[in-house]
Amino acid sequence: MARDPQLDALNPKVTRRSFLKACTAAAAALGLADEAVPRLVEAAASPARPPVVWLHFQECTGCSEALLRASHPDIARLILDLVSLDYHETVMAAAGHQAEAALADTLKRHEGRFICVVEGGIPTKDGGVYCRIGGRTAMEILADVAPRSAAVIAIGNCAAFGGIQAARPNPTGAVGVRDLVADHSVVNVPGCPPNPVSFLGTVLHYLTFKRLPPTDHLGRPLFAYGRKIHDHCERRAHFDEGRFAEAFGDANHRRGYCLYKTGCKGPETYNSCPAVRFNDVGAWPVGVGHGCIGCSEPGFWDTMTPFYERLPGVAVPQGRGTVAAADRIGKGVFTVAAAAAGIHAAIGVGRKIWRSRSGGGEG
Amino acid sequence: MAKRIVVDPVTRIEGHLRIDAEVAGGRVRKAWSSGQMWRGIEVILQGRDPRDAWLFTQRICGVCTTVHAITSVRAVENALGLEVPINAQYIRNLVLALHALHDHIVHFYTLSALDWVDVVAALKADPARTAALAQGLSDWPNNGKSRFKAVKEKVQALVESGQLGPFAHGYWGHPAMTLPPEANLMAVSHYLEALDYQRKATQALGILGGKNPHVQNLAVGGVATAINPDNEATLNMDRLYQVRQLLEEVRAFVHQVYLPDVIAVGALYKDWLAHGAGVMNYLAVPDMPLDTAGTRFDLPGGTLFDGDLSTARAFKGFQDPYFRDNVAESIAHSWYEGDWTRHPFEEETVPHYTDFQDEGKYSWVKAPRFQGRPMQVGPLAQVLVGYALNHEPTRRYVDDALARVGTLAKTRVVPAALHSTPGRHLARAIRTAVISDLAVKHWELLVANIGRGDYAICNPPAFPLGEQRGFGFHEAPRGALSHWIVIRDGQIRNYQCVVPSTWNAGPRDGKGQPGPYEAALVGNPVADPERPLEVLRTIHSFDPCIACAVHMLDPSGRETVRVRVL
Repeated sequence: MARDPQLDALNPKVTRRSFLKACTAAAAALGLADEAVPRLVEAAASPARPPVVWLHFQECTGCSEALLRASHPDIARLILDLVSLDYHETVMAAAGHQAEAALADTLKRHEGRFICVVEGGIPTKDGGVYCRIGGRTAMEILADVAPRSAAVIAIGNCAAFGGIQAARPNPTGAVGVRDLVADHSVVNVPGCPPNPVSFLGTVLHYLTFKRLPPTDHLGRPLFAYGRKIHDHCERRAHFDEGRFAEAFGDANHRRGYCLYKTGCKGPETYNSCPAVRFNDVGAWPVGVGHGCIGCSEPGFWDTMTPFYERLPGVAVPQGRGTVAAADRIGKGVFTVAAAAAGIHAAIGVGRKIWRSRSGGGEG
Repeated sequence: MAKRIVVDPVTRIEGHLRIDAEVAGGRVRKAWSSGQMWRGIEVILQGRDPRDAWLFTQRICGVCTTVHAITSVRAVENALGLEVPINAQYIRNLVLALHALHDHIVHFYTLSALDWVDVVAALKADPARTAALAQGLSDWPNNGKSRFKAVKEKVQALVESGQLGPFAHGYWGHPAMTLPPEANLMAVSHYLEALDYQRKATQALGILGGKNPHVQNLAVGGVATAINPDNEATLNMDRLYQVRQLLEEVRAFVHQVYLPDVIAVGALYKDWLAHGAGVMNYLAVPDMPLDTAGTRFDLPGGTLFDGDLSTARAFKGFQDPYFRDNVAESIAHSWYEGDWTRHPFEEETVPHYTDFQDEGKYSWVKAPRFQGRPMQVGPLAQVLVGYALNHEPTRRYVDDALARVGTLAKTRVVPAALHSTPGRHLARAIRTAVISDLAVKHWELLVANIGRGDYAICNPPAFPLGEQRGFGFHEAPRGALSHWIVIRDGQIRNYQCVVPSTWNAGPRDGKGQPGPYEAALVGNPVADPERPLEVLRTIHSFDPCIACAVHMLDPSGRETVRVRVL
C-alpha cells in the first residue's frame, strides 16, 4: 500500500519504510555515522512517546510556525510520532483551566522525564508583569516547570538570548532561559526563527544518546552552529574574487554576486543556513538576494544593525586569493560574539532566580 | 444567578489572551477581552534606521509573518513619496497571497476545527457513508472509502495509545458538538491533509522570500529578490514554475476541500448563523496594487456601517485621506494614564497599571476607532465591503457559497447570515478562494513583465534632513493593518502600529462602546460554564493574534488577582 503521509501524523506506529527513511535523513542532518541509525530507530520507536511541555513567553510564535512548515524529512510528523506534545498553547485542543490541567498532569506524571521547550524571552522588570499566562508570570512558570524537566531546549533567539524584546533599551528587562535557569541542562537553538532541522536534530540527539549534543560557548549545538555562514556560503567565491553587488537590482546583484556590501552579516554569524536551507525548496535569504542579518547571534538586533550597512573590520580580498583572508576574518568573530554576550549580561537581571531541585536530567 | 467565566489562557491562538464572560440563563450577558503580554517593539524602534524597521516589526508576529514587513516598507515609502518597481509590487502581492493561503488553511483546520469537530466521535463513523457525504460535497480525489477507513483506524490507534498529546483535555462529547460522526471523520481526514497544503503555500513563499516564517527579501523601495532568467542563482523560469506548481496544488485544496468543508460546517451548524455578530461596522483596506504608486488594486477596501451595504465607501489608494484622517485610538479602559482618544501620529504612552477593573481599566490593548466608531476587521469585513462595492469575484463566490449552504441546510440563506460566528469562517474561505485565483493572475503579470526584459526590483530610498510623516496599510489575513511613522533626520522618531487584533480585541472606549470580541460574545450560548466551548467558537472565529495587539503598550505595575469560575 502506498504510503500516506497525512496519516502518519496521527499514528504512533508509522510505516517501517517511511520511518527508517526519516531516521536516516535525521541522522544525516545531525552529521551522524550510518551506525547511529539503529539507535535512532530504537529511541524513536519506543512505545511510550516522551512527553513535551512547550512554554510560550515573550514571542511571536515564529518558532512554532517554523516547525509547522518542516517537511524534510517529514519533520512535523516525526515530532508528532516521536514525542507526546502534552502542552503547547498554539495547537492544544484544551483552553483555560483545562489547558492548565494538561500541564499539571504532565508535571505530576512525568516528573524529571519530560522535555521542556521554551519559546520566547522572559521579562524580569517590575516583577515580570509584562507576560502572564493563567495569572502567573513567565518567570513563575519557568521556575515551576524547568527544574522538574529532564532537559530544556530554548528554541529561537528570544528564549536563547532574550531576542528582540531585549534589544536596546530592553523596556521589559527581557532575558533568555540561561539567564534564569541554573544547574540544569539547557541547550540553545537560536535563530529568528531557527531552521526546524536544527531543533529536530537536537531532540533526536537527546532521545538517542540520552544527553544533549555538544555545544559551543553559547550553548548552541555544534552540528548546526559550528561554522560561519560565510564559510559555506554559495557566494563565497564571489567574495574571494572581489565580485560584489552594490545595490539590490544592480547588474552584479542580478549575477548573484556577494552581498557583503549590501550589509550581509554572514562573516560574523554561526549557522547552517547555506547547507540546510529552508522550506525544503533550497531557498535561503542570501540565495534570493538579501544579506544575512545574523539572527542566531546574541544581541544581533543591536550588534548587527543597521542591517544595510557593511560589517566593519572585514578585510575584502578584492580578487587576491582567499584562504588566508578568510581565516583572519574568522578569528575576529569570537571577539564580537563575546562582546555581544557581555552587553546582554549587563542589561540582564544579574542573578539567577532559582536553582534546580533535581539536579537536572541525564545531560 | 450569573456565573463569571474566565478563559485564561485562550489557546489555539497566537499570544496571550484572557476572556471574561458573565453567563446567565445559558447565555453570555457581558464580556471583557484582555491582552496579557507586552514587549515594547515600538520603543525599541526609536532612533533606529527606517530601512531596518520592517525586519523588527515583522517579529511582532510569526503567524502574521510578512504582513508587518510589507506594511512597514509601505509606511516608509509613503513618508518619502517613493514608488516601487512593478516587479516588486507583483512579488509582494504573491507573498501576500501565498501567506494568506497558508494562514487561512491553518486557522480553519489547526486552530478552529476542534471547536466544531469531535475527534473522538469520528470513531463511530461508517467510512462508506463518510465517502458518500464527502463526494457529495466535492470531487477531491482523497474522498474515498479506503482513505476514511484508514483515518478511522489511525484515530483508533491514537486513542488506544493513551497519549492523546495535543488532543488531550479537549471538549470531546460536549453537548454543543452536534456533527454527525461521518462529518467528524471527514473533517479529521481533511485536518491531516491540511498540514501538507499549508506547507506547500509556505514553500512557494520561501522561493520568493528566502525563507518562511519571516521572509528576508523586502527592502524599502522594493524587494531584494534578484530577477534574471539567464542565471541559476536568481529568480528564473525554473523557480517561477516551482512557485506556480505549488500554488496550483494549494488552490485545488482550497476549492475542493477547504471551501466545501466550511460550507458543510455552516449548514450543519445552521443554528449558529444567528450567533456572534457583534459590531456590524466593517473596515477593510485595498490591496494587491496593480501600479507602482498604489492607486489601482485587485482587492477593494473601504468602510461599511451598521451592516448596511448601501453605506459602503471605498478607500482609493495608499494616500487616501479618508483613511489617514479618521483613525484614532482610545485608552479609556486600557492601562494608560488619562482618558483620551488620539490620532496615531499624536499618541503618547504613559502607563498606568491597575488591577482588572470590570468598569475601569482592564486590558493592555487600546481601542482603535474610525470616526469614533468601533469597527470589525478581517475576512468578513473584506468580503462584505467587497460585496457592497461590487467586486465581481467576491460577489460570485459569496452568492455561490450561500446558495450551497442553503441547499444543504434546506433553508434560504441571505448575505445577512454572514454577520455571525460561522459567517466569519465562511467569509475567510471565500476570501481564500478569491486570493488563490488572484495569485495565479499576479504570477502571470510578473512573468509577462519579466518577459518584456524588465528586471528592476528596487528604487533605493534617500532620507532628507527634517521631518517626514507616513502611513502604510495592508489587508492582512486578520484584517486591516496600518503602520504610522515619523522620521526625523533619517532616524525613526515615532512608530505606531494599529493592527487587526487591536481593532477586534480592543476593550470599551470612552463612550462605553465595546470592542468586536466583547460585542460578539453577548447572547452567545454556553451550555456548560465549566467547559466554555461556545465562547471559544466565537473568539476563534476572529482568528485572534494577540502579540500583535499589545506590542505598543508600555505598562508597569502589579500582578492581577486571578478570577476562576465562580
